[in-house]
Amino acid sequence: MTKKVTKRPEQAPTETTETAEATRNRPLLRPLTDIAETPDGVTLAIEMPGVAADDVDVTLENRVLTIRGRSGAVDPENLQPVHAEYAPGDFERAFTLSEDFDSEKIEAEMKSGVLTLHMPRAEAAQPQKIKVKAS
Amino acid sequence: MLYPTNLYRADPFSLMRRLTDDLDRGRPGHGQAFPPINIWQSDEAAAISAELPGVDPGDIDISVKDDVLTLSGERHAPDLFEGANWHRRERAFGKFTRAVRLPFRVDPEKVEARFADGVLRVAVGRPDADKPRRIEIKAA
Repeated sequence: MTKKVTKRPEQAPTETTETAEATRNRPLLRPLTDIAETPDGVTLAIEMPGVAADDVDVTLENRVLTIRGRSGAVDPENLQPVHAEYAPGDFERAFTLSEDFDSEKIEAEMKSGVLTLHMPRAEAAQPQKIKVKAS
Repeated sequence: MLYPTNLYRADPFSLMRRLTDDLDRGRPGHGQAFPPINIWQSDEAAAISAELPGVDPGDIDISVKDDVLTLSGERHAPDLFEGANWHRRERAFGKFTRAVRLPFRVDPEKVEARFADGVLRVAVGRPDADKPRRIEIKAA
């Protein structure tokens, strides 16, 4: 099985319109995400700069994994903005999973604005060999 | 696309630049520079913030010479993805350098950098000798 990947560097997070509008006056961004298949499951790396570990919310409901991050960015006081290349915002993105993940075993770690999620496959879904009996 | 005009009072052309940047974004080879930065300033100080998610603070170099602030470093790809099969690959890794020209000469003693949650914040101060001084008019 081959999974060909096209590399798309220098992408910028775009504003999302997937879900209901937030009441907070701040852009809602779709975080850049890397997803890779590892021998025991799936690993996700989600970029959410400006979001502290306490402000991350990961939920798994009906096979939909939703990641939310609230930005704690504050503008410096007594200074005028003169140049802006990014707008700090909240992050939200959802992925639909196959059914074979054990929600109890999902590990999440937030470091330097990147959320890493390790999702091991449920044991029932691990490949099992079936012995063929000779009759 | 929304262009908040009240953000760009100091530079009327930045709005136009941003519009052309947005038009360029759709073309290949015209991606946004990494890291994206925001700049604030006043007569006495300036602040620069850069989004550097996944970069180790030890891998960031900040240097100041006269009025130019240079930001460089490297973002390493995490080891756990080595040899993995990719489903999605949106993030980029590698070396980066950005130089910013500030409106005044920077006092190297008055530079402060903080890195938290993947965002770098640099505060720079203007040397006292460089600050504009009010001149009083004496009665003849």
